[in-house]
Amino acid sequence: MSDPSKQPEWSKPAAMAIPKEGYFKLEKGRYGPIFPKTPACYGFTIIAKVKPGRENAVREYGKKIEETIAGLPDALAVLKLHYLRWVLFDIKGETYFMYQGIFDTDFDKYTEDAVALFSKTGVTTVFVNLEGFPEDWKTNVPAFIKFVREHQRPSFLEYGEYPYVSADEIKKALKLKTAFSNMLDQMQ
Amino acid sequence: MLEFDDIQHILLTRAPALTGRYEFLSFRNAAGGRAWLSAILEKVHSAKAMREAVNEDKRWVSVAFTWNGLRALGVDETSLATFPEEFRQGMVARAEILGDTDANRPENWVDNTASPNLHAIVILFARDPAERGRCQSEHKKLLAECEGVEALSCLDLEAVPPFGYPHDHFGYRDRLSEPAIGGSGEEPRPGFGGSVKAGEFILGYPDEEEIIPPLPQPEILSRNGSYMAYRRMQEHVGAFRDFLRQHGETPEEQELVAAKLMGRWRSGAPLVLAPNKDDPELGADVQRTNNFNYKEMDPHGYAVPLGAHIRRMNPRDTAANMNRRRMIRRGAPYGPHLPEGASEDGKERGIAAFVICASLIRQFEFAQNVWINDKNFHELGNERDPIIGNQDGTLEFKIPKRPIRKKITGLPAFTTVRGGAYFFLPGLKGLRYLASLGTAT
Repeated sequence: MSDPSKQPEWSKPAAMAIPKEGYFKLEKGRYGPIFPKTPACYGFTIIAKVKPGRENAVREYGKKIEETIAGLPDALAVLKLHYLRWVLFDIKGETYFMYQGIFDTDFDKYTEDAVALFSKTGVTTVFVNLEGFPEDWKTNVPAFIKFVREHQRPSFLEYGEYPYVSADEIKKALKLKTAFSNMLDQMQ
Repeated sequence: MLEFDDIQHILLTRAPALTGRYEFLSFRNAAGGRAWLSAILEKVHSAKAMREAVNEDKRWVSVAFTWNGLRALGVDETSLATFPEEFRQGMVARAEILGDTDANRPENWVDNTASPNLHAIVILFARDPAERGRCQSEHKKLLAECEGVEALSCLDLEAVPPFGYPHDHFGYRDRLSEPAIGGSGEEPRPGFGGSVKAGEFILGYPDEEEIIPPLPQPEILSRNGSYMAYRRMQEHVGAFRDFLRQHGETPEEQELVAAKLMGRWRSGAPLVLAPNKDDPELGADVQRTNNFNYKEMDPHGYAVPLGAHIRRMNPRDTAANMNRRRMIRRGAPYGPHLPEGASEDGKERGIAAFVICASLIRQFEFAQNVWINDKNFHELGNERDPIIGNQDGTLEFKIPKRPIRKKITGLPAFTTVRGGAYFFLPGLKGLRYLASLGTAT
């Protein structure tokens, strides 16, 4: 039996302040530094300037993703996502795009899978509207990855109400809860 | 159509060799290096030449270069800069990414492959020891004639008895999961999910994304070439056998523990198809031995544990873009056989292998970094590959089992990396181009 005095990690909310570099100790990944797992799992925030006049093209794409997921709920499963937040905002009359994702896997590890998925689901149609995105992205995966890496802004604070829990674990727990409810119903 | 007369044989074929030898070379002057290359390249078989005379020939030679080696032969800086960054940096600089830390770190390597002076490898596969001996003395003569070319180290390969089928020092049958390359003439076997596009392994052809990625320059040097990651991996046979005895009371239980670590019985029979009892006939049947998946046939790992070697190195239908991660493996065991029942003699024995792929960072480095050494692969939490992962004695191995899983803690290291390097394996035209550098045109 487990020690009742020892609380499971998820039961205690946690916050983590992160140094300016985005990591505590440099750990090299294949494409650059590995950013640490925090109470809010892994994730990244990409901020890039939208090409003039392309704001609507980017905004329109939100609808396309909604339709894709409605038709094919597993479309983004590879990314092991919790949440995505896409934001457009203005600074001095110029529009910026922010792509924020919360994941269960360190992005460096599955970079190529993410890039392949971006191409397949057309997320690249958002990227081509961003300044500095490589023209030859279709044949030049390293340039694509470099763009993502260069536009990533690491967090300096992350918080988790139920820290370090993966989306799979949450889904397993909810399944178990449903199964228990069903079982109790059957016993009435 | 693949250019079989230009592609080095090692990329597409497997020599019927019982023995072999690797020599790791350094060029102290470019002219000497090119003189050596001009002489040796006459002995390098293309895939075409190899296939045409495989029954008569007794030896097969391959030649490849490190990035420093290409420079040492006189490739100019503009061309050198067009090679991918990971290859330019070399395996030593990528050690942390690859998990080559602690006992596996390059400072501990025994064969000078960590030296920046490593420039080339010549790979000999020979039908028998007599032929190897003959080639070895021929090559020694050649080196003596080429000024400034020296061998930094050598390694003799020895098949492990019994010789009826290929296996490593632990006794596991080897060479079971080789991808079939599209256009190579090889038919994919059942369970492989079809052949893989040639561009995944050979430069200059469309890959699985249907594109031909930009080639390093000049094209004559890179086309029909490939990258090779060399790994010299010591196998701690005594520790492995002790472990099996510790975790299994009967020989049958010990065999099952060995099978769980690998995902196959030592005979090669996959646990998905033979979960409770070994089936050597199945292990030897190439039409059946790969004909399984995980998602439907073993989703929870009751047959093949989620962290077993073959489930990490080829997750089949449980990984995305699987065909973008495929690799060709060549190589052989080295060192003396440790007979069953004999106690550990402290001698180095293991596998000296090449992983061949079109992109080291996407294929080989991904496998090292994620499949082999990511502690949380498949949400396992605290595991690495039980056979070739970086094990420091603090990790575990979980064997799913009804009603309660078995968890082995404090898994020891069964292997240690003793050498390694990144090489570029040019086509035959590329070799001739290199040999001709510096001559007036």
